[in-house]
Amino acid sequence: MTAARAARSRPATVRGGRSRAAVPTWAKSAFGVAVVAVMLFPLYWMVNASFQTNQQLARPSPHWLPLGGTLNGYRDALSQQGGHLLASLIIAAGATVLTLALAAPAAYALAQLRSPGGRTLLSVLLVVQLVPGIVMANALYQIFASVQILNSALALILADATLAVPFAVLILRAFMTAIPRSLLEAAALDGAGAVRIFWQIVLPISRNALITAGLFAFLFAWGDFLFAATLNLNTTTWKPITLGLYDYIGAGTNTTTWNAVMATAVIASLPAALLLTIAQRHIAAGLTNEAVTD
Amino acid sequence: MPKNSAAVAGCKRPPPDRSVAPAAGGRRLGIGFIVPVVVFVAVFYLYPLARNVVLSFQDYDINSLYSGNAPFIGLGNYRRLLSTPAFATAVVNTVIFVAGSLFFQFTIGLGLAEFFRRSFPLSPLLRSLMLIPWLLPLVVGGTLFRWLLDTSNGVVNQILLTLHLVQDPVPWLNTPNTAMASVLICNIWIGVPFNMVILHSGLLAIPTELYEAASLDGAGHWQQFRYVTLPQIRPVIGIVVTLGLIYTLKVFDVIWVMTKGGPANATHTITTYAYQLSFGGLSEFGLGAAAGDLLIIVAAVFALLYLRALRADPGARA
Repeated sequence: MTAARAARSRPATVRGGRSRAAVPTWAKSAFGVAVVAVMLFPLYWMVNASFQTNQQLARPSPHWLPLGGTLNGYRDALSQQGGHLLASLIIAAGATVLTLALAAPAAYALAQLRSPGGRTLLSVLLVVQLVPGIVMANALYQIFASVQILNSALALILADATLAVPFAVLILRAFMTAIPRSLLEAAALDGAGAVRIFWQIVLPISRNALITAGLFAFLFAWGDFLFAATLNLNTTTWKPITLGLYDYIGAGTNTTTWNAVMATAVIASLPAALLLTIAQRHIAAGLTNEAVTD
Repeated sequence: MPKNSAAVAGCKRPPPDRSVAPAAGGRRLGIGFIVPVVVFVAVFYLYPLARNVVLSFQDYDINSLYSGNAPFIGLGNYRRLLSTPAFATAVVNTVIFVAGSLFFQFTIGLGLAEFFRRSFPLSPLLRSLMLIPWLLPLVVGGTLFRWLLDTSNGVVNQILLTLHLVQDPVPWLNTPNTAMASVLICNIWIGVPFNMVILHSGLLAIPTELYEAASLDGAGHWQQFRYVTLPQIRPVIGIVVTLGLIYTLKVFDVIWVMTKGGPANATHTITTYAYQLSFGGLSEFGLGAAAGDLLIIVAAVFALLYLRALRADPGARA
């Protein structure tokens, strides 16, 4: 009786002390929704504006809902920015493939094989992520100019991979370290060579981590603006969507086609939105890296 | 999604036991697997860094690009840079931009993390929705805020006018003080989710017994925050703040898209100013490299602080 009351009253005291029991959960949910609404209002306004006519947008009072709107913004965006979208897709896909091809074997070696200087390499990878992009851009511009690959897809694929390679190695290594040694040793006893173990066991088991690293590599490259604005500034063929979007508003301060600008912004945001919805489970699993040990 | 930083994830686990290699020949293979990344790092990080340092001692302009002729001028670029008023402005702006971003990103992020720590319906969904601003390309964020703050048609001015808070539309991006506030607000908006996510994972790792004990000792809400929460998440705070410092220092897209560093250099940071020097039309690559090198030195100081913060983290959680 006494013990039971103690057991019951203790959590109650705790909750009372944190004064949490006083606030009903629906109120917390409501507050949470309000916070998210404020936070995401700019995004709503982007979508809203993308569906309105430029006459509507030019009026002194705002249209709160995209009613009676138009798809002209999207039509303009796709006809004028379609090429840039394609360029972004190719460049981001290229950077992703290059990143994973470089990072996966290295991560495995760092996680499971004896590699001389592995510890040093890890520290270097940690630190190089801190180098300001403008410094890289300045130097890469001179280097790429001398080997004459400025204004090409290759220039941005190589440069964008620098944003993702250290990140990918570190995240894949963290995952691969958790792969049970016994699993790899069993495969070795069965006569599998090291390359086959990597290819047939390590890579499949690391799927979530590979998806995570790959998607972030894709997003980094997709969102890159600085390298595009330096290495591919004077091109029409390999100009990514970020630079296309900037060109829309960069020319003057008095943009009259805000619906097309916002439509382009929406389109440029789609990969992030898709990532969040489709791959969330893999990413969560990839980032927690607990999947193998459990 | 408890971990969103490579560094945090990379350091989470203790180094593996290297005493047993799984297969014979593992060592040789290990070298083969690592060499591509070593070459990549050497070509794309170390060489550019060295190149940038050399560049900063050269009079390197647009002609040098074609002729390859760039005389060494010692510390000339640095001397010129440090005596330029615009650069001094950029340094001051960098301090304001970084300090302002960090303070608001952190306090708002911590507040939200503390709020989302409670369990209530929709909490996980709302938390992942909050991430969207962080995942968007920075250019989109900048463009978006430029539209929101547009003088004649921006919704911010429309709302302020409707509520009679201002008499005339505010030219947010065309007046020095409001332009700095504008780029700051946009950058804070982008950075809050990252702070929230990392701090949230830090909060979740605090054992609830600590709060129970504190509560039994009669500690109130604020005292629990002050004496339990803050000390417990100190390592995470160290990581969030130093990473934030380093990232904010290199912010380019937001400022360039919104103001191009203007009006009258009011929003130029060292980063945008370095870009302006190299690629803004004058092709002063040597001068731009010097500005970039000064930025590296600042970043390096913070990097050291960051590594120290990581070491302070016992690794048991993050």
